[in-house]
Amino acid sequence: MALLLVVLCPGSAWAGLKPGDPIPALDHGVSSAATVPPTDGRVVLLDFWASWCPPCKASFPALARLHRDYASRGFVIIAVGVDEKVSAHEAFLRRLEPPFFTLHDRDGRIVSDVNVPAMPTSYMFARDGRLRFIHTGFHGKVSEAALREQIESLLDEKE
Amino acid sequence: MQTNPSRTVPALALMMLVALLAGCGTVRVQPWERGVLGEYSMRPDRDPLAAALGEHTFFSREATGGGRAVGGSSCGCN
Repeated sequence: MALLLVVLCPGSAWAGLKPGDPIPALDHGVSSAATVPPTDGRVVLLDFWASWCPPCKASFPALARLHRDYASRGFVIIAVGVDEKVSAHEAFLRRLEPPFFTLHDRDGRIVSDVNVPAMPTSYMFARDGRLRFIHTGFHGKVSEAALREQIESLLDEKE
Repeated sequence: MQTNPSRTVPALALMMLVALLAGCGTVRVQPWERGVLGEYSMRPDRDPLAAALGEHTFFSREATGGGRAVGGSSCGCN
């Protein structure tokens, strides 16, 4: 019985997004009134960040460069903030002024559904809406170069 | 075979308690729930004097020093 309860206990197994999965629903539990940009036929980077996470802060300028270079070719960044405090979320955005779309998953429903393994984690979806690549953490130029390579290969693919 | 209820009930209760405690051992703080752990007040080196005194104690009593200069943010990454 003890073994059964341990197995059934929530949190004992990680079951997050895996390659081939579709883009998760982003419209529920979001306090922001902003509209999620269209993702059909686009390469989408779904990024989970928080104001208290230094690697997330380090990743934003890189994400801004990727947005600048590839948005016109059909690349969309959706950055999901998971701060519990609205003030911390808003202060972070005021300070960094990201040019890409952000939303606030205030009650943590999206991030719980996705079950991210670390902060930050970003998920790259191909034009067919299926998950292709997962990036855990942000490692400066190495991560940016890997993202660029993957974005370019996915942008070149036909839907 | 007959069982003695006065022994069976406490034994079952004990088993359930152990099972519940064992189950709780697998619950962990999720990566996106670590904002509080990343706050300034949770930093072990927030007080320079206390940090220096602690370092002196470790050095003089346990012959150890350093190793606390790793940046951390509670993210579980990098």
